[in-house]
Amino acid sequence: MAAPMLRWCCPVRRWALACIDGGSRYGRGAATGCTSSGKRGQSSVAQQPRITAQKPRKGEHEWAAVVGLEIHAQISSNSKLFSGSQVHFTAPPNSLVSFFDASLPGTLPVLNRRCVEAAVMTGLALNCRINKKSLFDRKHYFYADLPAGYQITQQRLPIAVNGSMVYGVCVGKKRSQVINKTVRVKQIQLEQDSGKSLHDDLRSQTLIDLNRAGVGLLEVVLEPDMSCGEEAATAVRELQLILQALGTSQANMAEGQLRVDANISVHHPGEPLGIRTEVKNLNSARFLAKAIDYEIQRQINELENGGEILNETRSFDYKLGCTVPMRDKEGKQDYRFMPEPNLPPLLLYDAESLPTAADLQQVINIDQIREQLPELPSVTREKLVQRYGMLPEHSFALLNEVGLLEFFQNVIKETRAEPKKVTSWVLNTFLGFLKQQNLAVSESPVTPSALAELLNLLDRKAISSSAAKQVFEELWRSKGKTPAQIVSEKKLELMQDQEALEQLCHAVMEGHPQVVTDVKKGNPRAINKLIGLVRKATLSRADPTVIKEILEKKLSSGDVSGPSARGRTVQP
Amino acid sequence: MWARAVWLAFRAPAGGRRGLTAKAGPQGSVRITAEMIEHLERLALVDFGSQEAVARLEKAIAFADRLRAVDTDGVEPMESVLEDRCLYLRSDNVIEGNCAEEVLQNSHRVVEEYFVAPPGNISLPKLDEQERFSHS
Repeated sequence: MAAPMLRWCCPVRRWALACIDGGSRYGRGAATGCTSSGKRGQSSVAQQPRITAQKPRKGEHEWAAVVGLEIHAQISSNSKLFSGSQVHFTAPPNSLVSFFDASLPGTLPVLNRRCVEAAVMTGLALNCRINKKSLFDRKHYFYADLPAGYQITQQRLPIAVNGSMVYGVCVGKKRSQVINKTVRVKQIQLEQDSGKSLHDDLRSQTLIDLNRAGVGLLEVVLEPDMSCGEEAATAVRELQLILQALGTSQANMAEGQLRVDANISVHHPGEPLGIRTEVKNLNSARFLAKAIDYEIQRQINELENGGEILNETRSFDYKLGCTVPMRDKEGKQDYRFMPEPNLPPLLLYDAESLPTAADLQQVINIDQIREQLPELPSVTREKLVQRYGMLPEHSFALLNEVGLLEFFQNVIKETRAEPKKVTSWVLNTFLGFLKQQNLAVSESPVTPSALAELLNLLDRKAISSSAAKQVFEELWRSKGKTPAQIVSEKKLELMQDQEALEQLCHAVMEGHPQVVTDVKKGNPRAINKLIGLVRKATLSRADPTVIKEILEKKLSSGDVSGPSARGRTVQP
Repeated sequence: MWARAVWLAFRAPAGGRRGLTAKAGPQGSVRITAEMIEHLERLALVDFGSQEAVARLEKAIAFADRLRAVDTDGVEPMESVLEDRCLYLRSDNVIEGNCAEEVLQNSHRVVEEYFVAPPGNISLPKLDEQERFSHS
């Protein structure tokens, strides 16, 4: 089943019904906004939005979608949350498993200080209130990858609550404008990860690897303030960047360090919220928006056809591009939450309440952590805008690609060119080449120094901008050559000889009298033609603005007789 | 399972879905419905193997119910008996693990250092599908 075509207007939080094949009673919904057809790179693609707002036809209902997210981020730590076994992505199966992780009798949980600090840092970065006292609970359910039969989590009183996060959605014709949106953070809690199941359908068995069992997770619950897949995906991306900047999680979705569950419902604006479904297994940045949008459209279709939405858990099938009900989830789960009897309450302190003569190793000071917080992405972006005069959307683009900001800053360090020029070259030319060949910044054949040198040549007007592009292409193709080498090899230097250039202009003017007449008649395009001819004659080695100056000077002075022939020919 | 025997004994009303709350019995003691027994058996994977087990459960609940006689107005609930202890914070060092062989020893079946489990949760048979017991 192909994913249906989806159209609605996100920023206005209304879903006008799409023009669906065969659905004659559906009108053509239209308004400014985003459309989504999956994701490209880190952010979702918006097709050309309709700019003219049309009134929906009579009989059409508008739909509003509500999306909340539960995001699980693996804490970046050496050892697990409650045991001293190692946290590592690839390792022989069951080699990073302690007796506690395997839930052998007689073992007890011992809390990892680093995980608590990570939770506090994240809570502070998301403007949460840090609960000075938080509690641990057991959440019971049976599954083979949960050896204890329960997960230790924080259900009653989590470590951080009531925060908010600002994220920027790209809108406009070329997605060039950034609108800031806020999503409330309901809570952040510490919990254990489960092991990994490998399903062997052939032999009707499941293979269990407990290496991941007991790894510390931060569950970040975002309130249903988002209204479509793109907003959700952008919020997740921003959270990823924040976690990476803090160092609390590497938040790499491909390695399972960041997992997202979405709670989705639809309703008519003004009416109460609809029944929500939970969509699990959204573990790919690429498909996050797509899956959420599919589910929204599925619910709309279901309700439009007179059906009803079940409060169920669904999973996203990547191959089919649709959500399917999950098996093994019959009815509502009863998790029988109970306090974790082996763990006293977690107490945190601040500068005021810090107990004197305390063992510093045993005490966590929220104020101290706040003082040591690294710079957050939003601050980094603001600084870029202030310092280099770039547009906000450029700052977003620089931070959105791994390693790009560092690349940019290295080029800036080594070049005399204007920051705006550097920004443009890095975001348009450099990034364009990367994307074309699907490379990461770290795999780029062009180094920051090389680009800096190239921009210096351009800045000195030693080469024209079109020549610079040629040099860049060559830099990309052939490693090891410097821009200066390429310029001299390909003879791309701008003509510095003013007189020779004047002679060339004269020659061109003499050779094309009709064009000269056109220019004099006042035809604006004729001058460009002349410039083009001169450029061709110089094999593109002359600066078009200089050519234009010379031509205009000649034309106005009426000097059609060239300099007295001295038997010199112009060397191209 | 004796759940069916319990059902026959208490004769859940036809056509009505009972809520999963204990009903107050004639002497104020608690009666457990068959549905609750079934629910508990699924949740905790315990087997109320006999009428006596159910009766024991009722007595246990009645015993705990006596807590209600205590006036707890204005008193903060206790979280655990450890609640005034210090929660020890461990340094983030790797000190355990690397004992796959030992950990796998307990498993009934092992394939290439993986624990082997059935493909999913095995559902318990539903109440209706259980054997019919003749009750005295």
